[in-house]
Formats: sequence, structure tokens, C-alpha cells
Amino acid sequence: MIRYIFTRIGYMIITLFIIILLSFLLMKALPGSPFNDERLPETQKELLYKKYGLDKPVPIQFGIYLTNLVQGDLGISFVLDNRPVTKIIQERIGASAILGFQAVTVGTLIGLLLGIVAALRHNTVIDYGATVLAVLGISIPSFVFAGFLQYWVGVKLGWLPIAFWNGFEYSILPTIALAVGVVATIARFTRIEMLEVLNQEYILTARSKGLSNSVIITKHGIRNALIPIITIIGPLTVNTITGSLVIEKIFSIPGLGEQFVNSIITNDYQLIMGTTIFYAVLFVSVILVIDILYGFIDPRIRVIGGE
Amino acid sequence: MTTEVTDNATVKKYPPDLFEPASQSEFVDNFTYRPEQSFWQDAWLGLRKNKAAIVGLCIIILVILLAIFGPFMNSHGYDEQNLARTNLPPKIPVLENISFLGLNGVDSRGVDQYEAKGISEDFWFGTDELGRDLWTRIWQGTRISLYIAFLAATIDLIIGVAYGAISAFYGGRTDNIMQRIIEVLVGIPGLIINILLILILKPGIISITIAMVIVGWISMARIVRAQILKLKTYEFVLASRTLGASNQRLIWKHLIPNTLGPIIVATTFTIPGAIFTEALLSFIGLGLQPPTASLGTIVNDSYKLLRIYPHGMIFSSIVISLIMISFNLLGDGLRDAFDPKIRK
Repeated sequence: MIRYIFTRIGYMIITLFIIILLSFLLMKALPGSPFNDERLPETQKELLYKKYGLDKPVPIQFGIYLTNLVQGDLGISFVLDNRPVTKIIQERIGASAILGFQAVTVGTLIGLLLGIVAALRHNTVIDYGATVLAVLGISIPSFVFAGFLQYWVGVKLGWLPIAFWNGFEYSILPTIALAVGVVATIARFTRIEMLEVLNQEYILTARSKGLSNSVIITKHGIRNALIPIITIIGPLTVNTITGSLVIEKIFSIPGLGEQFVNSIITNDYQLIMGTTIFYAVLFVSVILVIDILYGFIDPRIRVIGGE
Repeated sequence: MTTEVTDNATVKKYPPDLFEPASQSEFVDNFTYRPEQSFWQDAWLGLRKNKAAIVGLCIIILVILLAIFGPFMNSHGYDEQNLARTNLPPKIPVLENISFLGLNGVDSRGVDQYEAKGISEDFWFGTDELGRDLWTRIWQGTRISLYIAFLAATIDLIIGVAYGAISAFYGGRTDNIMQRIIEVLVGIPGLIINILLILILKPGIISITIAMVIVGWISMARIVRAQILKLKTYEFVLASRTLGASNQRLIWKHLIPNTLGPIIVATTFTIPGAIFTEALLSFIGLGLQPPTASLGTIVNDSYKLLRIYPHGMIFSSIVISLIMISFNLLGDGLRDAFDPKIRK
């Protein structure tokens, strides 16, 4: 297990290094420099280049960037008044974290419920209904859903605020828009897992022991069906963060996603890079943690991994 | 059975001249065969039972036909602007008489824009803020979105199958190195790399496709590798190898045909994924540049007008959602049809 964790962390570091290298080379590949002002005298330009280390060869610049990165310094945003990228990310991450957390929790709970009920009422109207909902939830793009949610619930009915971030009621619509995909994915997966578990022989054994139906379902059924679901929580979280880019833009939420989209529009390359690296670290760590967690929770994997 | 055995035991000896050799044509075997089915017939039979998948397939065919012929069904070009007819609501002959459909050319304020602007022609999906005909534009956009999706899926397929097959077939050190590369690449978040690449390459059909392919082929390679690793241990492969089949022959005649099922299913799911990614990129400002339009850019443009002129967003959303739903339904159906465990 420990060896497995170390190998995984090793791969994670290589992956992150490639992402950082790639985004760094992107910066270099783009034409122009931050000091492209024609009124700037040549000598002053040279001084500025020296100050920011831009006169050194590219590999050394990359080395400097890496050293700064490890110390948590992602450079400064030239568009947003030379403010440090790290600081911008810190300010913006709060709203995104709340939104993401709400969407994943609410989505997972509803999805589980829907999936379990569909499996228990297999081949009934409830099952078909849940399946149709799941297909729709997976298929309809989140921004389409968000747009119409905003239009009908927000504008036409006027029940909830449609933009900005001033308290809980502002987070309801974006959370729903973001949670739909989570609900659909979890419900689909839970239903299949649950059906599989209910066909196992130990369920039959439990039944023949005379256990009540509710004990069989909760103690033997749901518990075992839940284990594999952990594996999809990782990719799901990544998808939710990806989805939040657009959802935050649609609902004008001052989160990291909205900032990222804006930085793309304004060509704020330092900020794009910083945020990209931040997202990459986040994505890769989430997947890693979930995988390791899965190893601890599922004894079958623990045994195989230990050998 | 027992009586036959006793009969045999008491059989008399017959002289050989009573016997004559039986020709091959007289040989009737007692086995009952079901009619021979090719791989495709088999899959089709399985798929046909799944109504949802068939509905999906029909919608896909319809959408593809409309994407091909839709833009020619009226005289407007997809980039033809006319400021005299901006933001016209949809108006469709016959259907305009059913009031709740809202296809009678009356906008959200209750004004018949066609009368107000003195336009006699009907725009089936209405027009956008530059007076471009949305029917032509949406189908033109569908064409481009589908084109990007199919192109990305095909390239994914070629690279993924080749990589997965080589890695699994040769095994050993080759496999080891190829798998280490995959393990590093698979950790790279897809959207991040898409965004970075499009920033360098500038948005365009080819750059968006390349950006999606860069990480897209990996899952295909993994599926193919897993399947071939399993097939490699089967006896028919050993038999073929014993008969002197070359590696090329083994890969192309035995291993890949038996991997077709999972490959087709994965490709079916790649297409809605690509359409979604392309639309998402358009939404964050990295989509195709005007006047070229994809479904994503149309949804994005019409979203800005949603509150006043919802028709553009409604039609483009319906089309993109329909495509996504149908491909997902078809993918589910194909997965079941190719799964030998489910087949009856």
C-alpha cells in the first residue's frame, strides 16, 4: 500500500511538471512581452527585463519560475494592477469552494437516493423515471440548463436571485445547475451497483437467515453498493469544478472560475497560467486522494495492493 | 437409445458388396444450426430490442440529414446579415395556428414582428441580432459541431487503437514504457490542456479538434489494451499462432475484430463528449471565430439575448441536447448489444 502511494505521488509530480512546463512554454511562445510599450526607452526596458529576470536564457527562467512556484509565488497579474496571482486565487476560491461543496454534497445525496430507490423498484415506473432523468441529466449541457433555470425561475417567476453572491439564496440556482450532472451520474452508477449487489448470494443468505428486508437493504445492500461509488467521486469533483467555470460566469459569481474565464478574455497570461497550475494541482490531488481512500475502504483492494 | 445398443449387439455380418461409398452430398448432419450471423447482424439484433437506442439512432440520422441539407432548405446564407430583420421570432406555416407553441411570429411583448417590420417571408427558427436566419445558422452550426466531433472521435480511434494494440500485443518492456507514458498523461486534466492549446493555436476547427485529441485518445488506448490483453490468452490466438500466422495477421484479423464492440461503444460516447467540450470552450470565449458558427457559439450568442428573445437559445439548446441525448442512448444500447453476458 505504501509503495503504491509513493508510486502514485511520483507520477503525480511528473504529470504536474509536464503541465507547468507546457504552460511555461506557452507563455514564451506567445508574441510580445509585458513591457511592449513603445514609449519605454530601450535602457529602461533592459532594466525591467533584468528586474524580472527576462534577460536570462529560457531554461534558467523556467528554473526561477519553478523555485518561485514551490514557494507559492505564481507571479503577478499585469492586467489587474500587478496584484499577485496567489492573492487573487485566495480571494476568489471561497465562493467557488462553497458552490462546489454544496453541489457535490446535494447532488451525491439526491443521486444516491434516486439510484437506490430505482434499484429497489427495478423495472417499475419509478425505475424508468429515474433512468430517464439520469440520461437527461447527463446529456443536457450544464450551461443550457443553467441558462433556462435563470430565465424561468429567476426572471419569469422571480423566486430567486439570478446573479451575484450575497448570501445563501444567491447560491441556490447555481448549486442546482451544477448538481444536476452529479445527481445523474451518481444515480446511474448507484442503480447499477445496487442491482448487482442485490443479486449476490450473500443477500440470499441473509434473506434465508430470516433478516428483515430493511436490514438486508441497509446493512448488506447499500453498504456494499456504496464502495465502488467512491471511485467516481474523484472524476465527478473534477467535472464539477470544470462546470463551475461556466456556471460562475452565467450567474456572475465572484469565484475562481469566473476569474479564469475573464483572464482568458483579457489575455492575462500570468493569471491564466497561475490558475491553470492551481487547477491542475487540485485535480490531480483529488484523484490521488480518492484512489488511496478507495484502497483503504475496500478490503479486497487492500489485500491485492499489499501483496 | 438402449434398444439401439442391443440391436447393434445382435447385428449380422453383411457382405461388403452390399455397401457403396456415400458421397459428400448425401451427408446430412444432425446438428441444428441457427443461421450464421455476422458480427454486425448480431449487434443489430441486440440493438433492435432496445427501443431507446433505436429512437436515439433515428434522431441522430435525422439531425445528420438536417445538418447536411438544412442550410439549403431556404435561400439564406448562414452569415448573411440584414439589419432590417433583426431578432425576428420564429414563424412556421401551419404550426403558427397553434398558439401555445409560440411559432406565430409574435415576440415576448405580444407584437407580431413580421407585421411590424413588414416581412412576408417566414423564418422558421427566427433570426438573430444581426438578422441572420437561425434555421440556416443552427444547421450549419450542427454541421460544424458534428464535423469536429466525428473528426476528433476518428483520430482518437486511430491513435488509441494503434497505441493500445501495440502496447498489449508486444507486452514486456514496450508495454511497460507505453503504460508509464499513459499514466503520466492521464493525470493531465483535459479541459486545462484544451484551453492552453487553443490559446497557442488560436480557435479554429482544426485547433479545437487537436486540443481534444491530445488527451482524448488515452481512454481508447486503455480500453483496447485491456481487451487485447484478455484476448491474447485465448486459445484461438494460440491456434492461429501455431498455424504460423504473422503478428500483423494476429493483430488485424483476430485481436482487433474481437475488440470492435468496446471500440464502437467508446467512440459513440466520445462524440457527445466532444460536442459538449466544444460548446463549453465557446462559452468561455475560446470557440470558433465569427462568422463561422458551431452549436456552442450559437448557444453562447443567443444566451445573451435569452431574456428578450428566447427563441434562439431555445432552438439551439434543443438541437444540442437532442444530439447529446441520442448519442448517449445509442451508446448505452450498443454497450448492452455488444455485451455477451447480456445477449440471449
